[in-house]
Amino acid sequence: MRTAFKTSYAQDIRLFPDVRRALRYVALVALAAAMPLLLDDFLLGEATNVLIWAIAGMGLMVLTGHAGQASLGHAAFLAVGCYANAILMDRAGLPFVASFLTAGVITGLVGVLIAVPAFRLHGIYLAIATLALSILTEDIIVLAEPWTGGVIGLVAPDITIAGVEVDRYASPDLFYWLCLSVVLIVTLGYRNVLRTPLGRAFVAIRDSEISAQAMGVNVARTKALAFGLSCMVTGWAGALMGHFVYTFNHEVFTVIISIQLLVMIVIGGLGSIQGAFWGALVLVSIPQAINIARDGAQAAFGGSMVIPGIETGIFMAILILFILFEPRGIHGRIAKWTIYVELFPLCRRDMFRRQKSFLKTERMR
Amino acid sequence: MESGTLETLQLIVSGLANGCVYGLIALGFALIYKAAEQVNFAQGDLMMFGAFVALGLANESHMGLPFWVACIGAIAVMAALGWLLERAVLRQVFGQPQIAVVILTIAIGFLLRFVAGIIWGHDPLTLESPIAGVNQHFGTLVLGLDELAVIAVTLALTGLLFGFFSRTRLGIAMQASSQNQLAAYYMGIPVKRIHGLTWALAGAIAAVAGILFASKGSIDPNTGLLGIKAFAAAVIGGFGSLPGALAGGLIVGLIEPFAARYVASGYSQIAPYAMLILVLLIRPRGLFAQVHAKKV
Repeated sequence: MRTAFKTSYAQDIRLFPDVRRALRYVALVALAAAMPLLLDDFLLGEATNVLIWAIAGMGLMVLTGHAGQASLGHAAFLAVGCYANAILMDRAGLPFVASFLTAGVITGLVGVLIAVPAFRLHGIYLAIATLALSILTEDIIVLAEPWTGGVIGLVAPDITIAGVEVDRYASPDLFYWLCLSVVLIVTLGYRNVLRTPLGRAFVAIRDSEISAQAMGVNVARTKALAFGLSCMVTGWAGALMGHFVYTFNHEVFTVIISIQLLVMIVIGGLGSIQGAFWGALVLVSIPQAINIARDGAQAAFGGSMVIPGIETGIFMAILILFILFEPRGIHGRIAKWTIYVELFPLCRRDMFRRQKSFLKTERMR
Repeated sequence: MESGTLETLQLIVSGLANGCVYGLIALGFALIYKAAEQVNFAQGDLMMFGAFVALGLANESHMGLPFWVACIGAIAVMAALGWLLERAVLRQVFGQPQIAVVILTIAIGFLLRFVAGIIWGHDPLTLESPIAGVNQHFGTLVLGLDELAVIAVTLALTGLLFGFFSRTRLGIAMQASSQNQLAAYYMGIPVKRIHGLTWALAGAIAAVAGILFASKGSIDPNTGLLGIKAFAAAVIGGFGSLPGALAGGLIVGLIEPFAARYVASGYSQIAPYAMLILVLLIRPRGLFAQVHAKKV
């Protein structure tokens, strides 16, 4: 059993709660950086995919997990980031680093622009508006053919950073490290935002808009910032996704992707940065696990066993099981185990029991 | 009649018929929202599933029951499925924020699509229905019997449900349990059982919508995605209002054929969603607003 002995308020908002945890994360980063030496090209591609989805997940996590605004339309912002990056590189001839950063900023501004009218919408209406936005974006991409290439789509331009060419196929390790560095910067930024008054304002708005307002939080401004930050990060993920899939059109950013992104962070654990990573890991590994299981079954029983849509089916079944039995997601489960071990043998059965709650209508105000 | 007005009239009727199907799905949304304060994203997929169940019971290649028996069977099966879903899945998140239900029903929708794909395959199938493909002549105007049936049934169902919610004890208990669960408990309303009944009712309506939709054309597991359009209809009408759901459905149904006829292709399919966003911006609570100021 370990005890946390606090001697100052600053201790509450330290980057890492204690040395052990700091060392654990250093080890994790070292392991992640060493991946290109450990994995073959295919698995390295999958690892890159996990990182990109984790960035997108962190983008949505700020908004949904911390600021409490559910969005069913984040594929739209993935698309904005992806196309903005590609168009800036192709048409304006910007180098990758500049266009990548600008693409994120553009997506963030688009997000704020959309957030301003969306303030009038609460809870479920916001989710619906973003859903409609995601559907509209697919059509807009097709209609804006001179810029986006319409149905045919665009080819991601080559990346050159400081004279070194980074290509997804020719140099997968460099592309992996590029994604990893973006992940590190975003994660560090995210963690730091949570330590600022802004981050605490996000959480306050999530838990109760009225009490946040009473504590002096400017709700409209904070929501706009949450939207902006969320969309900026999602835009970066979109830009990297464009380079990862190499050729992209409107079908890469369907409303299904929006839903998948939300489902992913719920499985990972809402309200935790780690949740975005766990969710991405589950999302990317399910198709692989199914492939392995299918190969095994085919070897054992013979014949072909292709069941269309099984990936989404299993993914959604996992989601239902998580919501029913572990609403805090993978990260919540791990946190509970950790607490159990740390408090051993003082953990009681009902420690994590949910408070009984009742719903009131939103139609009376 | 000259051909221009005739064509417009034909467009209106087919738009109305389509709109009624959207309205029927939207009715399911509105019903569950009105009675349980839950947003059911799986309603479109429930409709698809209901259509497949009816098809499985009625078609010669499957069970080959008489059409009307199959209809009643499908409605019963879907009501049971709705009740079961509430009992087994949604009751676990009772009292939780709405977004939990949203995510859960999205997942249920995907699973229904997956299961339907396994059972009935992914090729479009048609329901062998006595009202399909029969035309009714009114002078020079030719209308499909299926379209007329859809309009009639939708109007009747909306009226019935409206009466149910405003006149019967059970309907009022349903409204009460959605407005304040705890207060409803204090008034002696078994809120959880009411939720189960609501979902059974929504399942039955989904089956009716499915049968009518399948009589108008072919269905495949992805038909459930129609639910998103019906969702737009429900929001345009004002979530939780039954006449609003029908009105929203009709608006979306009417916009579509006219947009397809008069607007450049590519722009026409975005019309319902553009309309949705417009309504959300101007009247965030929909045309038939259900928001009341609290009386103190």
